[in-house]
Amino acid sequence: MENDARRKRDYVLRTVEERGVRLIRLWFTDVLGRHKSVAISPAELETVFDEGLQFDGSAIDGFSRVQESDVLAVPDPGTFELLPWAAEDEPSGTMFCDITRLDGSPFPGDPRQVLRRNIGLAREAGFEMFCAPEVEFFYFADAAAAGGVPRPLDGASYFDLTTADVSSDLRKRTLHMLEALSIPVEYSFHEDGPSQHEIDLQYTDALSMADAVMTLRLTVKKIAMEQGVYATFMPKPLNGVQGSGMHTHLSLFRDGANAFHDPDSDDGLSREGHGFIAGLLHHAREITAVTNQLVNSYKRINEGYEAPRYVSWARNNRSALVRVPIIKPGKTQSTRIEYRVIDPACNPYLAYAVILAAGLRGIAEGYELPAEAVDNLHELGPGELAALGVRPLPSNLAEALDEMEASELVRETLGDHIFEWFLRNKRAEWDLYQRQVTPFELEHYLPTW
Amino acid sequence: MDPLLVFPDPPPPELAQALDLGGWSWKSCGDPDVAMAEEPDEGWAGAVVAADDDPEGAFALCRRLRKGEMPLEPLLLLVGAGQLEDLELRDDLFDDFCLASVRPVELSARLRHLFWRTGRGSRPELIEYGPLALNIETYQAAIDGQPLDLTYMEYELLKFLASHPGKVFTRETLLSRVWGYDYYGGARTVDVHIRRLRAKLGEEHAGLIHTVRSVGYRFGQSRWGLSAR
Repeated sequence: MENDARRKRDYVLRTVEERGVRLIRLWFTDVLGRHKSVAISPAELETVFDEGLQFDGSAIDGFSRVQESDVLAVPDPGTFELLPWAAEDEPSGTMFCDITRLDGSPFPGDPRQVLRRNIGLAREAGFEMFCAPEVEFFYFADAAAAGGVPRPLDGASYFDLTTADVSSDLRKRTLHMLEALSIPVEYSFHEDGPSQHEIDLQYTDALSMADAVMTLRLTVKKIAMEQGVYATFMPKPLNGVQGSGMHTHLSLFRDGANAFHDPDSDDGLSREGHGFIAGLLHHAREITAVTNQLVNSYKRINEGYEAPRYVSWARNNRSALVRVPIIKPGKTQSTRIEYRVIDPACNPYLAYAVILAAGLRGIAEGYELPAEAVDNLHELGPGELAALGVRPLPSNLAEALDEMEASELVRETLGDHIFEWFLRNKRAEWDLYQRQVTPFELEHYLPTW
Repeated sequence: MDPLLVFPDPPPPELAQALDLGGWSWKSCGDPDVAMAEEPDEGWAGAVVAADDDPEGAFALCRRLRKGEMPLEPLLLLVGAGQLEDLELRDDLFDDFCLASVRPVELSARLRHLFWRTGRGSRPELIEYGPLALNIETYQAAIDGQPLDLTYMEYELLKFLASHPGKVFTRETLLSRVWGYDYYGGARTVDVHIRRLRAKLGEEHAGLIHTVRSVGYRFGQSRWGLSAR
C-alpha cells in the first residue's frame, strides 16, 4: 500500500515535469457543496504531497471553529488530471484533496472525509456502492441580476436556429471535456423544460462519483460561460416548468457480484436489495435536508412531474421516491435502484453518504419493505394516501431540518461537526427566506389589499 | 543486468572499488580467450578496460571484442595521462575513455551515459504497439505522437494491457494484476476504467482494446491472427 501511494505520487510528479505543467489546482468542497480551489506551482508540489498545504479553514463555510482554524489540504494523487481547457502554453493539472487536521487526522468538517468514512463502514460490511446520476440543468441567456427572471436559451423568441446550435455545440464540447476528465457520459439529451439538459454519467464508486459531480458542475458552467451562456443547477429556476433533479441509480456489490440481485426472488431483488430500499424509505424524510438543501429545492418537489412527493417505491412508476428499473434478461449485474428526490444543488459527498448509511441501516436492521406503490401517487388525495400509509416528503426546508435534527442516523453519518453546523446554517437561511416579500405576494395581494 | 567485462585480472583495487560502489555487476578477465570462454549467455553487458598497466594486452582485448561478428558495446577505456597519444587511430576500439585512476562517481556517470547512448541498461524503456507508445520511466503515453492525458490507474491498466498484446485477460485477472489490494469494487471497476481508457484513446483507436464476450478484454490483435472483434 505504502509502495502504491509512492508510485501514484511519482506518477503525478513525473507527469507534471514531462508535460511542463505550470499550475496545479487543488480542489476541495465546503460543507454546502461549493467547489473551492487553490493553485500551487510545480515547485511546491512535492512538499505539499509530504506535508499538505496549510490554510486557514475559518474562511471556508462549515470548516473551522476559530480556535482550531488551521487545516491541511492533502492532494489525492489518484485523482490527478490535466485540465483539458487549459491554454496550450500553460498546461494545468488538478487533484481533489482530503482535508486533515494539523496532526494528519481526518478533519471532521470535510465532506469528502465524511463520505470516505461511510464508504469504509460499508466495506467493513463487505459492500461497495456504485452510483450513476442523471444530472439536469438549465442554460440561460445570461445570469439574471438578483431578483430578475432568467431567460431560457432556446426558448428565446428570436434566432431559434442559432440558439439551438449554441446549445448543441455547448453540449458537445462539454461532453468532450468530461470524457477528457475521465468522466464517461452514458447519455445526454434535451429535457422537457426549455433549455433544460440532462447528462447521465456511467456508474462508478461513490467517492469517484461525488468527485465527478463536482467536476461536472464546474465543467458545464465553465464551457457555458465561454459562450456567454449561464448554466445553472438551481433546482427550480422557472415557474410552471419542471425543475432539475439528480436521480441517482444505486447498486451494492459484494465480492464482485451485484448484492441487490437474487435470481430466485419474485422481483429479482435480494434480501439486501429489499433492505436497502426499506432503509431509504424509513429514513427518507430525515435525509432530505441533505439531498435537497435549498429553500428552492422544495419548489421542485412540490411541483411534481418527475420529482417524487411521497415516500414510496415501485417498479415501474415514475412518481415513486425509489424506482426499481426493469432489467433486461441476462443483465443481472445491472440490478439497481433509483433514488429520485435528490437534486443537483446538493453536496454530493454528504448526499451519497446519507443515502448509503440509510440503505445499509435498512439491511443491518432487517427493515420490512412496505408494499409497492401501484397508483400514480400524484393523483391521489391526502385521505387515500393516508389510507395507504404513504407519508409525504418534507414540503419545505424547515420541515426537512426538523426531521434531520431528530435523526440519530444523520448525526452519526455526518458527524457532530457538520451535523450541527449544517443545521445552524440552514436554519438561518430559512429565517432569512421567511422574512422575504416574494413576487407571488406582490402579484396576489398588492392589487387587492 | 549481465556483468561487465573488466580487464585486467585482477583489476586495480581502486577500479574494483569504484565498480562496487556504483553497484555494477562485473567479472574480470586477464586475456581475450578467457573473456570469450566466460562470456555469459546473454553476452557481456559492456566492458571496462584499464590500459595503464598493460597497454598491449588491453588494446589486443579491445580489438577482439570489437572486431568480431557482434562488436561489444559499450566499451570504456581507462588510460594513464601519458597514454593519451596512444588513442590516436584507435577510435574504433572504444566508446569513451577516462583518465586513471578514475573517481567512482565519474566512472558510474560515464557508464550510465554510455548505456543510454547505446540503447541498453537505464535507457527509458518503451512499450510500442502500432500507434501507441508508453515510456515506462516517465509514465507517459502517446498515440500517434500525441500525449494521452491519463490518470494513474488508467495509465497502469494501459501499460499492463499493452505489455501483453493479443492476450485475453479476465476482469478478475486484471483486478489482481493491475489494482492489487487497492480495490473494492470488483470487476465493475475494470469496466469503468476500460470505458475511460477507450474514451481517451479516441474513437479512431478505441478498438485497440477489444471486449471478448463473456471472458474479458484483449489489447491489440488476437494471437491467432483472427480479427474477431
